Amino acid sequence: MKVEGRKQKAEGAGLARVVALWAALLLFPLSADVSLAEQRFPPPDFEGGHQLPITTTPPARALALEFLDIGVLAVFLGLATWLVYRRRSRKGVMALSLLSLLYFGFWRDGCICAIGSLQNVALTLCDRSYVLPLGVLAFFVLPLAVAIFAGRTFCAAVCPHGALQDLVLIKPLKVPVWLEEALSVLPFVYLGAGVLFAATGSAFIICQYDPFVPIFRLSGRTLMVLSGAGLVGLGMFVGRPYCRFLCPYGALLKLAATVAKWRVRVTPDSCTQCRLCEASCPFGAMREPQAAPGAQTLARDRRRLAWLLLLLPILLAGGGWLGSRFGAPASRLHPTVSLADQFIRAQGSPPKLDALTPDELALERARQTPKEILTAAATIQRRFGIGGWFFGAWIGLVVGVKLISLSVRRQRADYEPDRGACFACARCFEFCPNERVRRGAKPVAAPAAGMTGVSNPQGLGRS
Amino acid sequence: MGGLLGLVTGRSSAKDTVWQIDPQKCVRCGNCAIHCVLEQSAVKCVHSYALCGYCQLCTGYFEPEPNDLNTGAENCLCPTSAIKRTYIEDPYYEYTIDERLCIGCAKCVEGCTRFGNGSLFLQVRHDRCLNCNECAIAKVCAGDAFRRVPADQPYLLKTDTH
Repeated sequence: MKVEGRKQKAEGAGLARVVALWAALLLFPLSADVSLAEQRFPPPDFEGGHQLPITTTPPARALALEFLDIGVLAVFLGLATWLVYRRRSRKGVMALSLLSLLYFGFWRDGCICAIGSLQNVALTLCDRSYVLPLGVLAFFVLPLAVAIFAGRTFCAAVCPHGALQDLVLIKPLKVPVWLEEALSVLPFVYLGAGVLFAATGSAFIICQYDPFVPIFRLSGRTLMVLSGAGLVGLGMFVGRPYCRFLCPYGALLKLAATVAKWRVRVTPDSCTQCRLCEASCPFGAMREPQAAPGAQTLARDRRRLAWLLLLLPILLAGGGWLGSRFGAPASRLHPTVSLADQFIRAQGSPPKLDALTPDELALERARQTPKEILTAAATIQRRFGIGGWFFGAWIGLVVGVKLISLSVRRQRADYEPDRGACFACARCFEFCPNERVRRGAKPVAAPAAGMTGVSNPQGLGRS
Repeated sequence: MGGLLGLVTGRSSAKDTVWQIDPQKCVRCGNCAIHCVLEQSAVKCVHSYALCGYCQLCTGYFEPEPNDLNTGAENCLCPTSAIKRTYIEDPYYEYTIDERLCIGCAKCVEGCTRFGNGSLFLQVRHDRCLNCNECAIAKVCAGDAFRRVPADQPYLLKTDTH
């Protein structure tokens, strides 16, 4: 549309503009594709020499600050490892976790975080067009690399999620062993689901359903704010519920920590088997001594292990089959697939002329390029088909390995923290009489009611 | 493991990425105003002044059939009065966005794009954006207009109408 009298004097131009505008309103029904029109109203030549303002473009966060994050992460990881293994100081670990909570949690608003980074890495592996920022890669690799050598010191004092839960823990209750073992499968399932949805480009569910980020940001969706508050409330009585029973990155760290070179040793000297460390661990990570099994038990254990090993392929195949059935409904979480679904359902109906709601507008977009949307959706669904198999088989594997690990007895002479389950929080050190002797302090008084107070040892609190 | 790590490292870049809206794909659905994790959305309306016709009857500023061409709230599209209308010279008026008031609802963008030059459009403002790992608006974007762009060129400003 050309406006008449482009070079006319101002008054005439003004009138023409109004006329042209109403012509435009009349000529273009709402559904018309307006992209055909070009510069309906040419920019004016100002007689008064008016200078056009410049569109402001506030810059994104500086790259140097991203590197600062990586630097802080590296320093904190080093510091945490040093505090746990060299200083053996719970106070130091607590101070550092407070710092981490403030920096990575409240200052950085919970994003960037190692837990979410695993999804970016999964997406990078499956989507060639996605470029992984180096900062995210560092957040994924550094804690894992440290865990391979020194266990979960990241969890102890660097992760803001862990720090928040650790700092609110006031009266830890012991979770029954069967429940603990059953729930400890969940992080691996969540990990599998997170990788599946990220790798197919559908959603970053681990970020979307992160319960603590709304707390760090002091705003968020109602559901997530409530679940965050719920977990913090639960965390006052159950040590680190998210870390133990949900955190998918914790699952990876657990695997890395089982092969760790250095691990937490409660006593600097010889263990007197006083069980104070067992009582001090709010995370159920302390394992009691186990003697070598007798010949009869050994034979029974071996039989059980053989059965479980036979069961493993069945679990894998069964899980894979179930997972492949889960793929199709799960793929609807991908916006393109759900749009294609809507498009197919709405194919009979006439196009809506005055599309206004987001759903209607999306549907109109699909109507304009139906082929592209349908092909894209089919590709994603195919990926979900394969991904579903892997996801199901992964769950089968996790359950199988868990059963096997439960049936394997490990010989232990002393009380030792489980390598994978230990968060290296350094609580147990302060409770070990030998450690206290080493530090020149008096051993802590034994709980009054003998060992009945295991779930609620004296002075466990936040010391 | 090493191979995987190598592959991932090979596909990583020192440059960070941020979220941005492609104004050519935006369908002005209004999701930006309500789905951002921030209380007040990080998406705001911005103005490419070079594209603007400086119209007296701005279809991004006024209701479709305004009672009068003045700044009365009953005539204006913007629900928060975030657009300032300034007289420049007859018959030209300049429209500037007050970002403190703009909620990114795209009502003005819709008016300007449909009937005007399309000089008003939505952009993620990086002084506000938290750069979430997964943008909550991008997930529900009706036009599939969100994408990650290099952080050193974080805006997709309109230089061409429509």
